[in-house]
Amino acid sequence: MISTTDQRTMTILDLPGATPDDVAFPPWLATMRRAAATRFAELGLPARNDEEWRHTSLRSLQSTPLVPAGGTASSLDAGVVNAAALPGLTGPRLVFVDGVLSADLSSLDALPAGLTVLPLSEAAARHETLVREHFGVLADGAREAFTSLNTACLGEGTFVHVARGVDITEPILVLAIATGRAATATHPRLLLIAEESSRASVVEDYVSLGHVPHLTNIVTEIFVGANAHVQHAMAVRETDEAFNISTLKVRQERDSYFASHSALFGGALVRNQVNPVLVGTGGHSLLNGLYLPRGRQHHDSHMRVEHQAPNCESRQYYAGILQDHAHGVFSGRIVVSQIAQKTDAIQQNRNLLLSKDAQANTKPQLEIYADDVRCTHGATIGELDEEALFYLRSRCLSEEAARGLLVYAFAREGLERIELAPLRDALTNLLVEQLPYRGLLDSFVGDEAG
Amino acid sequence: MTAMLEIRNLHVSVEGQEILRGLDLTIKPGEVHSIMGPNGSGKSTLAQVLAGRDSYDITDGSVVFRGKDLLDMDPDERACEGVFLAFQYPVEIPGVKTTQFLKAAVNAIRAHHGEDELDAADLMGHFREKMKLVHIEPDLLRRSVNEGFSGGEKKRAEIFQMAVLDPALCILDETDSGLDIDALKIVADGVNSMRSPDRGFLVITHYQRLLNYIVPDFVHVLVDGRIVQSGGKELALQLEEKGYGWINAPVGAGA
Ligand SMILES: Nc1ncnc2c1ncn2[C@@H]1O[C@H](COP(=O)(O)OP(=O)(O)O)[C@@H](O)[C@H]1O
Ligand SMILES: [Mg+2]
Repeated sequence: MISTTDQRTMTILDLPGATPDDVAFPPWLATMRRAAATRFAELGLPARNDEEWRHTSLRSLQSTPLVPAGGTASSLDAGVVNAAALPGLTGPRLVFVDGVLSADLSSLDALPAGLTVLPLSEAAARHETLVREHFGVLADGAREAFTSLNTACLGEGTFVHVARGVDITEPILVLAIATGRAATATHPRLLLIAEESSRASVVEDYVSLGHVPHLTNIVTEIFVGANAHVQHAMAVRETDEAFNISTLKVRQERDSYFASHSALFGGALVRNQVNPVLVGTGGHSLLNGLYLPRGRQHHDSHMRVEHQAPNCESRQYYAGILQDHAHGVFSGRIVVSQIAQKTDAIQQNRNLLLSKDAQANTKPQLEIYADDVRCTHGATIGELDEEALFYLRSRCLSEEAARGLLVYAFAREGLERIELAPLRDALTNLLVEQLPYRGLLDSFVGDEAG
Repeated sequence: MTAMLEIRNLHVSVEGQEILRGLDLTIKPGEVHSIMGPNGSGKSTLAQVLAGRDSYDITDGSVVFRGKDLLDMDPDERACEGVFLAFQYPVEIPGVKTTQFLKAAVNAIRAHHGEDELDAADLMGHFREKMKLVHIEPDLLRRSVNEGFSGGEKKRAEIFQMAVLDPALCILDETDSGLDIDALKIVADGVNSMRSPDRGFLVITHYQRLLNYIVPDFVHVLVDGRIVQSGGKELALQLEEKGYGWINAPVGAGA
């Protein structure tokens, strides 16, 4: 167990210089780490006058004392971990406790042929060329402070490789638990390479157990090979004291399919950035998300879909349910290059305000340089439909049950796009726990199939 | 026999404009009453007010249902007590399946009457039986409520729900509108199969056509928020022949 009392606390800006390099990385990675620290110092944290951060203030993060992650894994009872994990995901898993990989809690036994799942440091040693060709290529951090910070403070991460033509049915789980024993700053990193015509799915799950301020600053890079099919899910289930910043960078080759599912269920400040780049023709990208801030939580989703090849499709479906004094932000940028003719892009953002004090901001941003494209976008911010409420009440449902059912249906629509049934079910159950009138929802849940 | 529904001198306004202007109507168990009237005469207003829609101001009058003050009840309480409205324009509810809320509805009624809840299997059996009544396929009920339903499907789904909930008073608001003759017969058969000595019907329609299939005991003509004439089923035929112009001059409150 880490003793926290004798550790020096610092601000986020001090982290790169103070984070221990106790994970054995090869020299080229150590060099990258130092360069990223320099870049982070140059960039500083984004300010409100940065258009991309207009609705999201980092002032409280900047003034929060933090402790760099590192050292030996903080022990955690397996029962606690299993209770915290999303149920039904029984595939390979890596478990990080306060940013440190726990070998005991992870399970990477009997991986199917063609699937490699390794701690990043081990992959960097055993598959140096492969890692070197991909790591930091999509997430170079040149302009993004949090990406630079992640690389600068790199600890252990996750490496996944799926060989050509291999079809992995069970999702790979990366579970990161913040115990709340210290005000830790962790920088989870995931590199996923799916070779041509392969198929895989990864779930990143961020859970905080205690009520201590902490920072989770995630960077994920995913390479989707030609004709490959990759699904990525991110569950953010942190407490009212947590800052959770994530950057997901994806490169899609021709005829590939990529789906990103984001379930933002909790965290004081959650910033969810998803950036697929379609570089080959015939690619399809789905960005699906649900944000449920409560209390005074602030959830901000920033999408940037780049069409750099002809005949690709992208779909953005984000929905927010805003309770109490919560604030939801959605920004969806679609960038269509001049050569990306026949692009078909749809963006939809729906917000349901359940309280007079809740707030939503939504902003579509289209940058289109090709002339033969179809880009549609729509955004709504509204309350529950009074007609629908009356209809359900005229069918014997109490006001609370009718409201609960309508809210549940609104949220559930996004979850229905998740192909992985165990993940969909697990997130549905979590969703119900987060909703108002949850005691009344039991009879409605699980009935979607009829 | 005592009245099931007793409406006395009902005055209803919307945004300061009076729509129902002193309406009286009494329905006894087993009776089928029809209200006919031109567009805008207040038929849907009456139906919605009886079901408990709160966007109307009730400025005068009373409604007693089975001895209780109906206007004092919430919409769900009225439904549990046995009032059912088949809507003229059933609302589409994305993401909510009919079976999903109907299970809760049946159990809410049972709880209201102190009965045990039914389990999912019993409920589905009950639903299947009623689906046959109005020729509904199970697939329709697995879709979001009314979303993408044809006009006929919406109306049949309403009658299906009515059959499932087994109400004492059935209010049908223009259930015939938008139906072709085959669909009209299916809906009418469904309604007729529910006729019983214990149940009352208020069938609202603009056209006489429906009343060839659901034969009413009484016909009332609503013009400008008042019942201006009441009679037997032959009154509907007269209206069909002569139009509403024939009785346009209000002749005081209804019979
Ligand atoms: N919610 C409402 N707001 C404003 N006016 C309404 C509303 N409901 C009904 N009305 C008005 O009341 C009158 C009667 O409407 P309605 O009851 O729908 O008639 P009907 O069903 O007989 O065609 C119409 O003039 C209509 O415009
Ligand atoms: Mg009407």
